[in-house]
Amino acid sequence: MENTGSIDSLGSKRSSSRQPSVDSLSSTSTSRSDRSAHAAKPTFAMSSDNVSISTDFSPELRGRPKAVAKVLRDSKEEPQLLPKESVQDMAKDVTYICPYIGALRGTLTVTNYRLFFKCMDREPAFVLDLPLGVVSRVEKIGGASSRGDVSYGLVCKDIRNLRFAHKQMEDSLRKSIFEILMKCAFPVSNGLTIFAFEYGQVYPENGWKVYDAQAEYKRQGLPNESWRITKVNDHYELCDTYPSTLVVPVNIPDEELKRVAAFRAKGRIPVLSWIHPESQATVIRCSQPMVGVNGKRSKDDEKYLQTIMDANAQSHKLFIFDARPSVNAAANKMKGGGYESEDAYQNAELVFLDIHNIHVMRESLRKLKEVVYPNIEESHWFSNLESTHWLEHIKLILAGALRIADKVESGKTSVVVHCSDGWDRTAQLTSLAMVMLDGHYRTIRGFQVLLEKEWLSFGHRFQLRIGHGDKNHTDADRSPVFLQFIDCVWQMTRQFPAAFEFNEYFLITILDHLYSCLFGTFMCNSEQQRVKEELPKKTVSLWAYINSQPEEFTNPLYVNYSNHVLFPVVSMRHLELWVGYYIRWNPRMRPQEPVHQRYKELLAKRAELQKRVEELQREVTNRSASSSSERAGSPTRSITPVQTFV
Amino acid sequence: MLSSLGSAGGKSAKPSFVSYVTPEEIKSEKEPSRKEKHPDLLPGEVVFCSASTVLKYTQDDLSQRGVFGVLLCTNFRVSFVSDEAPTEEMVRTLFKNKLYGENDIPLSCVDNIYGDKRKLITGGLVKNKYPSKMIIHCKDLRVFQFSLSFSKEEDAKKIFQGIVHHCLEPKSLRCLFAFSYCENTSYPGSYSYCREHLRKKQTVMFDSVEDWTQDMKRTKGNCRVVSENSNFELSPKLPQYFIVPKNVSDEDLTKYQGKGLPMWCWSHHSGCALFKTASIPLVQEDNVCCRMLTAVAHNHLYSVKTEDLSDTLPTVQDILLSYNRFKQFFLIDNTTEFWMSDMKWFSSLDNCGWLDIIRQCLQKAVEVVESLEKENTNVLIMEEGGSDLCCVVSSLVQLMLDPYYRTLLGFQSLVQKEWVAGGHAFLDRSNHLHLKDKVESQSPVFLLFLECVWQLQQQHGPAFQFSETYLTVLSDSIHVPVFTTFLFNNDGHRDSLLRAESPHTQRSPLNCPTVWDWSVQFDCKAQDLFTNPLYTEKPKQDTSVRKSYRPRHLRQLSLPSSAFKTPPKKGFFKDEADNLKKILGVKRLSRWMLSPSSDSPQTSSSVREFYEAWQTKPLDYHGLLLPCLDGPSIRVWMQRYLRWIHDVQILGGGPVAMLSKVSEILGEVQELQRQLDRHGCTLTSNHKGARPRAKTAAAVIAARSSVRLSSSFPFVTSRNWSFKPAIPTSLLQSLMVTGMAGNLADREDDGGPESLV
Repeated sequence: MENTGSIDSLGSKRSSSRQPSVDSLSSTSTSRSDRSAHAAKPTFAMSSDNVSISTDFSPELRGRPKAVAKVLRDSKEEPQLLPKESVQDMAKDVTYICPYIGALRGTLTVTNYRLFFKCMDREPAFVLDLPLGVVSRVEKIGGASSRGDVSYGLVCKDIRNLRFAHKQMEDSLRKSIFEILMKCAFPVSNGLTIFAFEYGQVYPENGWKVYDAQAEYKRQGLPNESWRITKVNDHYELCDTYPSTLVVPVNIPDEELKRVAAFRAKGRIPVLSWIHPESQATVIRCSQPMVGVNGKRSKDDEKYLQTIMDANAQSHKLFIFDARPSVNAAANKMKGGGYESEDAYQNAELVFLDIHNIHVMRESLRKLKEVVYPNIEESHWFSNLESTHWLEHIKLILAGALRIADKVESGKTSVVVHCSDGWDRTAQLTSLAMVMLDGHYRTIRGFQVLLEKEWLSFGHRFQLRIGHGDKNHTDADRSPVFLQFIDCVWQMTRQFPAAFEFNEYFLITILDHLYSCLFGTFMCNSEQQRVKEELPKKTVSLWAYINSQPEEFTNPLYVNYSNHVLFPVVSMRHLELWVGYYIRWNPRMRPQEPVHQRYKELLAKRAELQKRVEELQREVTNRSASSSSERAGSPTRSITPVQTFV
Repeated sequence: MLSSLGSAGGKSAKPSFVSYVTPEEIKSEKEPSRKEKHPDLLPGEVVFCSASTVLKYTQDDLSQRGVFGVLLCTNFRVSFVSDEAPTEEMVRTLFKNKLYGENDIPLSCVDNIYGDKRKLITGGLVKNKYPSKMIIHCKDLRVFQFSLSFSKEEDAKKIFQGIVHHCLEPKSLRCLFAFSYCENTSYPGSYSYCREHLRKKQTVMFDSVEDWTQDMKRTKGNCRVVSENSNFELSPKLPQYFIVPKNVSDEDLTKYQGKGLPMWCWSHHSGCALFKTASIPLVQEDNVCCRMLTAVAHNHLYSVKTEDLSDTLPTVQDILLSYNRFKQFFLIDNTTEFWMSDMKWFSSLDNCGWLDIIRQCLQKAVEVVESLEKENTNVLIMEEGGSDLCCVVSSLVQLMLDPYYRTLLGFQSLVQKEWVAGGHAFLDRSNHLHLKDKVESQSPVFLLFLECVWQLQQQHGPAFQFSETYLTVLSDSIHVPVFTTFLFNNDGHRDSLLRAESPHTQRSPLNCPTVWDWSVQFDCKAQDLFTNPLYTEKPKQDTSVRKSYRPRHLRQLSLPSSAFKTPPKKGFFKDEADNLKKILGVKRLSRWMLSPSSDSPQTSSSVREFYEAWQTKPLDYHGLLLPCLDGPSIRVWMQRYLRWIHDVQILGGGPVAMLSKVSEILGEVQELQRQLDRHGCTLTSNHKGARPRAKTAAAVIAARSSVRLSSSFPFVTSRNWSFKPAIPTSLLQSLMVTGMAGNLADREDDGGPESLV
């Protein structure tokens, strides 16, 4: 989707139905009034010859009809501003060089939140609207050309590059709009505030309350006779990258936890992430043990893992999944880290999952971008895709999570998962395994809880991995770890189209706001930092926005199979590139057939019929009561006919 | 295909299916009952030979486990009858084919047979030896592995030689099972019997003047129906009936015996039409060519474009080679091999070129559509023979342009028109007879067409009344030698053979079913899976008379001229201006609507523009459909190719999960509608037509918990599958990443520059 679109509609608080991207790709863009007319009436395109599907000309906006609609309504050149959003600069006669349409001349506006470009020469007007948070890098391309044009390139975090050009400023003292842009796009580097801290939209629900660690553990049946909730990290003293609420074995007192923390990298001790409701097998996460070259051991750590194993009476084994390739795990010994030796940890079996580190992943995504943006080379598509290794990495991550889920579900065995620090690959693995194992995490709210828990509270370093507002685009800490996780979830939704309550648009929205800096959700690196920055007080949570219109994010085909474990097939045969995300800027790849739209219409029809049946029944009852001789059914004829539009 | 696929053996908790006893024990045990073991034979089916205590391996691994039973070879199939009593569930198999079961391989469905050490067995080489292990690859992509080493030597030799003989060696057409089957069944759906019925609500067979006239009228064509060949007087190779441009004279018909005749395929509402022809050898006098072109041009606005498909599309040999490489990815003997090949899956796909051939065919069809739709030019496609790629392209063009062909009956009629009546040499292309001189002509051209249809269907699901399952079943049926549809090379061939084979008088030819009589293979319940629950019929006023449809059609299909103002048509299409100049003289040329010729590289960009312009219009499922041809859009037909491979079955997922939910909702909608009707409130709904089936389909699926269904539905039941996931083996064997970015792989996650080695 056009993240921009979603964002401005956030601000404008539109009440008419917003379509999820999958749907909206198909929606009419004719005019705003048309759209609202559709929205007002039940639309049964299924029964209609004219399925209400059309597109707009501007590919950048395809999928974002509201943006178009909005633009059509107010034919102004500047964007509709969000609360507390202010225009920083505006320039006319800027050329946007669209890779699909060609050069477009229009007005460019930069606010403290977004970049907005509008070309009125086309019908409908062409609009480009992106939050500055998406911009990873702004660079001047070449020198001034003979015609005196200056060209700028914007590299974006969401798999696209934008190119602009404008005439050389005659007044050399005046700053060009791109200098303003460079300032506003990287507020952190320039001592400015990230827009999320200013955005003042009020939503009916406080999204920061979606996740309550105590409540989530209670849902899992914790504490119980084997597991307790400890307050040892209440002030983040045991581990500053862990949440304050931790679940640990009952038999291990807090003092011992501290000694275990000394043996685990960054103090990230093994703690419970999930417990199987029947077998009591658990998913435990931690960081690597500080074994080092000398093969150091810790009696406390060994005892601790033994206790974890003992807490599950079903099995006399414990699986330790080290997410890394064994070579890398071994190399970590040089730095004091390493992995559990099977000698020291009796009854434990160590398995390496061969998932590569953040640098490899970053490189893979860079290659993927080369292959898919702006155009796809027609021949050798599959070979090109293979050469990026992106899906291979997705496969390895999914395969790792599958093995974890299998051990817990089929083997009734507890598992310990770690990588080096336990905040990247570990988060991917535990959260994916939990999606497989627990249907709650496949609901809209459950998934929010999962992200809050496994990713945010356990210290996935979003600020560093994404680089919010930071101009240092070459920072080696940046990596698409979270994107990979969402991609894996998407792969699962493809394989199990009825098992998830949320739709593709939900996942895309999360990714778009991962970068947008509109919500506070993905700010900072840890729970401690978020508390310190008072994020819940100063910013709005993404979940507040999402939960204010859940129907947009709902999969109409969701079937709630309770207690159904999903084992995805992790063969390349079933993995595919997420075209709807990675290639969404290419107008040719717009899904032709918005199937979800059809399902939604079907559901709407069912609801409509249900209503009519009920009305009729009431009618019949009333009539028989009054024994009127009116012709049956005639009053209902006045109800909206099924085909309301052409 | 229950047990053949159930790789259950290794994993499931059903030990009863796996035989651990030694063969000696088995022999003594099973010997007495041996005589009774054979499948329910079809009428006219005769057992040639059999062997007992044959071990059928379970597919999943190298564990060498399996089931013992009797292996038979009949004049119809190779059949394995398990010694195990059939389980109850097996009897209730939902999608049971009435002609052959999961352990049966129709003789013409056998693709390749391998012996020990995976040595390819070819006919004729078999003397007295027989392999201990025999692997049979089927054309429907099943793989069977049998061990003969526990059987009596004599039996084993006999069965092996029998199978090889009947599956691989040349035979006469009369030996095909269809003939003995039809002689022995009083098949009711035959020609004369339900002629009337066929007229009304069945597939149009295009075997009469009326059928052709009707179809031409339907599309408002203005051509000439030729019935002079009804007894194959003009040429046995020409269809019995066909349509040519109005300007073709009687003299033209007889003089050239139909060589180079432009055959009408379909008329566009604008008046222009699509024709196909067998290309004429250049040595022939130019005259024919010109006369025919003129005739085509006269059809509408004096414009014509020709396209020689032999020049621009792969040859039938290319198609065969590519498909042979492609199918190997799915003929999996064991799971280790499968996972080994997984990492290189994408590049293998590219390398075999199959998807690219599909793309080329679709692209060619789009080019033709563009000429018809945008430029309203007559199009004449040609190739040597005129009955392979011409059929592919012309059928695809019609599917894209004419919603009628996207209905089930419409599609079947299209296949009858373009392929059966159109003279596609099904017999030679499938080489059912294993004739040595026909090896060259073997090629899966019809399958290629179905692949293209599947791509269209994937991209525009609700536009098609038939389902993916229907296409898969149709692709399997090519190899069931019972249906007249796929047994002959052309009308004349069929006519002469059926007459010759008739047991009765010359008057009534042998009655054989066509593949369209689906009740021969499936009962009604199973046939419900052939329809797409999301399909909606066109509103009533359109279906009744075409007249009322036309203005709508025009409005919806024609693209705004503004979108096309830009460059004039450039294309591959050989411009006939020069030729025609010669023929027609300058005077007429002024009336031609031909644009100046240009070079080919532009074509794809023109097609792109055409696609993009179409894409920006509202999508109308009953209007023009174009496929997206970009890399990610052309995909592998998962249901057909992956259905037998256990390790890639998504248990509780796959398209069926969606289908069952949709069917459930449709069922509810239908029920509500019924309630409303009962209350006397008639709905002016167009859904009615489409609904009735939905309920039954819902019932079919709902009967089984969809949690238990897998992505291979309905072809494999997951009865004996374990819920254990398939864990890929040899995950990182390549460790390709280190190769490509060694230093990155060794670095620490911290992002620090310090790299470890």
